Amino acid sequence: MATVHELPQIRGVKEIPLEEGYTSGHRTCQGCESALVMRLMIKAAGPRTIVVGSTGCMYVANTTYYSTPWVVPWMHTQLGSAGSAAMGTAAGIAAQMRKGKMKDEPINVIAFCGDGGGVDMGLSAISATLQHDEYNLMIICYDNESYANTDIQVSGSSPYGANSTFSPPGKVHRIMNKRWKKNTAPMLSVGHPGLRYVATACASYGLDFTNKIRRALTIGGPTFVHCIDPCPKGWDYDPKYSHELGMLAVETGLWVQYEIIDGGLVLNGTSRSIANGIRSRKPIEEYLMRQGRFAHLVPEDIKLFQDKIDESWEKWWIPGVVPMSPESDGVDDSDE
Amino acid sequence: MTTTESGLFQVEKEELISGSEAVGIACAMADVDVITAYPIRPYDTVMQYVSRLKADGAFDCDFIVAESEHSQFEIVKHASAVGARTFCGSSGVGWFYAFEAIAVTAGLRLPVVAMVGNRALDDPGAFGVEHNDALAVRDLGWLLYWVATAQEALDMALMAWRIAEDSQCFLPFALSCDGSFLTHSQAIVNVPAQEKVNSFLPAYDRGRLLLHPDNPITIAPQANEDWLMEIRRQSDEAMHQTPAVIKKAYQEFKTIFGRGDPSPFIEEYMTDDADIILVGMGTLALPVKVAVRQMRQEGKKVGFLRVKYFRPFATDEIREALGKCKAVAVIDRDFSLGSPSYGGVLFNDIRSALYPLDDRPNMYNFIAGLGGREVRVRDVNDMVNMVQDALDTGKKELDTTWINVRE
Repeated sequence: MATVHELPQIRGVKEIPLEEGYTSGHRTCQGCESALVMRLMIKAAGPRTIVVGSTGCMYVANTTYYSTPWVVPWMHTQLGSAGSAAMGTAAGIAAQMRKGKMKDEPINVIAFCGDGGGVDMGLSAISATLQHDEYNLMIICYDNESYANTDIQVSGSSPYGANSTFSPPGKVHRIMNKRWKKNTAPMLSVGHPGLRYVATACASYGLDFTNKIRRALTIGGPTFVHCIDPCPKGWDYDPKYSHELGMLAVETGLWVQYEIIDGGLVLNGTSRSIANGIRSRKPIEEYLMRQGRFAHLVPEDIKLFQDKIDESWEKWWIPGVVPMSPESDGVDDSDE
Repeated sequence: MTTTESGLFQVEKEELISGSEAVGIACAMADVDVITAYPIRPYDTVMQYVSRLKADGAFDCDFIVAESEHSQFEIVKHASAVGARTFCGSSGVGWFYAFEAIAVTAGLRLPVVAMVGNRALDDPGAFGVEHNDALAVRDLGWLLYWVATAQEALDMALMAWRIAEDSQCFLPFALSCDGSFLTHSQAIVNVPAQEKVNSFLPAYDRGRLLLHPDNPITIAPQANEDWLMEIRRQSDEAMHQTPAVIKKAYQEFKTIFGRGDPSPFIEEYMTDDADIILVGMGTLALPVKVAVRQMRQEGKKVGFLRVKYFRPFATDEIREALGKCKAVAVIDRDFSLGSPSYGGVLFNDIRSALYPLDDRPNMYNFIAGLGGREVRVRDVNDMVNMVQDALDTGKKELDTTWINVRE
């Protein structure tokens, strides 16, 4: 296996590298949290990195011909191909280095996808790639909870009830999206026992985010990071509140911040405080009512939402993370 | 250790192998870096062979079993962008499952080499050969070659990397091998010495298009109406440049390996003074040549033209070869439902190529051998008889005729 970079953990904001790898030239929306994800991601990774990006906002809005914002080598990949693109890049490099056709040195390989590319269409390829522990690579899913680039259509990662152009509230059906958001990071972690690193993240917590990228790139083998990205266009709120909405998602217990390192679960920051009972969760209504996409919800919808979150913290085997529980089947095992 | 050093192919030898095995040997001799596999009959025999070569240490490559054909083609596409020599392949609907990746590989000008084990597009389920799978990419910028023998499979696989990876070309190359008739049929093949392959096939050099931290380019940004037409035009120019690249490579191949036809694009069999020339692709050549030889003995002036490269289409050579005969009979192992004359894909391209001639031969079309049905010598005789009748009765056109089919 090719070697990995040494990327030490960053102890304070002042230590975050000043060098930009994602700079001017993009045309993302005002308040786009995903653009911040890209910027922090490449700051953490450094210049000896190849980035492949699947179709979505961070392709279409970022890389216009002749005005790329990427200082590092960057290549587009298809909507469902983040996993395959990462593996192809890593394998191409690894084979050439092993055979002496290319200088043997650590090169970070990062593939990003949105929720459409990661949670829906590309899930199968990501799963396959996460089985290959001989390749060093990181897949990051920037999740703005809809197909935001194509006009805001509901995805498998959209929250229950969210208004989108494929799930508009109407005269007969108030709730068109009746699916609950997939629990992607634990699904990938539980489903791939050899996987050394899985994390959830949010760019509202910049230092935490940057360090997670560095851990993902240095631990070795394939890794997966799933971050929640408030989206002014898709969530319908004033762009200046992106950071606050990211924090509210965590403070309400809707989005849980954690790392799974070699099978060990570590809750981070606010999520850890909630789990330890040091801090109580804010009501979900505070989060929902700040966003136009939930403006049509009535109190019973909000209660349903709150009940779901309560259940995830009070009834799940691992609160906020793993939904199954070791319930008794009624058989007396005492003699065994 | 690279294949070059492993010693397995140091000495030239004759082996009884299938077309798939011949391509597998070419992969090892070409020292391919990344190979992706996914099971579908009949192409996957090549991957079974490659995986065994790797398992036995005869061949050092990253051999990845993907979770779908789409991933299979995406993985090699990206490996090719970072400078790795690549190989993959598929058959029938598997090739179609990868279609998105196949389309962009050509758009990105990445020299991936793929083997298509030609297979019917089920449903209804059918393993046998039809050419519609590979033909579906004919407009996209893939070089498309139809192989007739196991020897040609090995030779053309080596040629494929040489041509695809030429910076004048930088286009992907699909090597079409008829399912069963080629993929699974064994023949004596001359396996050249590694030294000869090394002198013929240079290393893949992506040059200034290499995706690497030392060359931090952006590949495939959004171009839209501002630039897409110019970029398409560049691909078109690359396709225009391929005939010269193909000719040069073929000439060198013949010098080094001592075998080959007069033309890299077409194979002519008894066409010199022929009144009727049959045209076809792939392993169809075998029964057609036998039939032509027998008919010649009976005094019938019949010949056969095998189209080797469907893309680039050798318009000038085909015009030259067919322009002087009275009738051209194209045998399509494909269909194009609702097309002009309800004819096959090859037929309509041949007819189009001959159109500017002042004195055009009559054009007749036969659909034969679909789903792996055998095209027999007597089927070929029937076709020639039908064409002769049409010539005798002055019929310039016949309805496209399906051969050996229950009505």
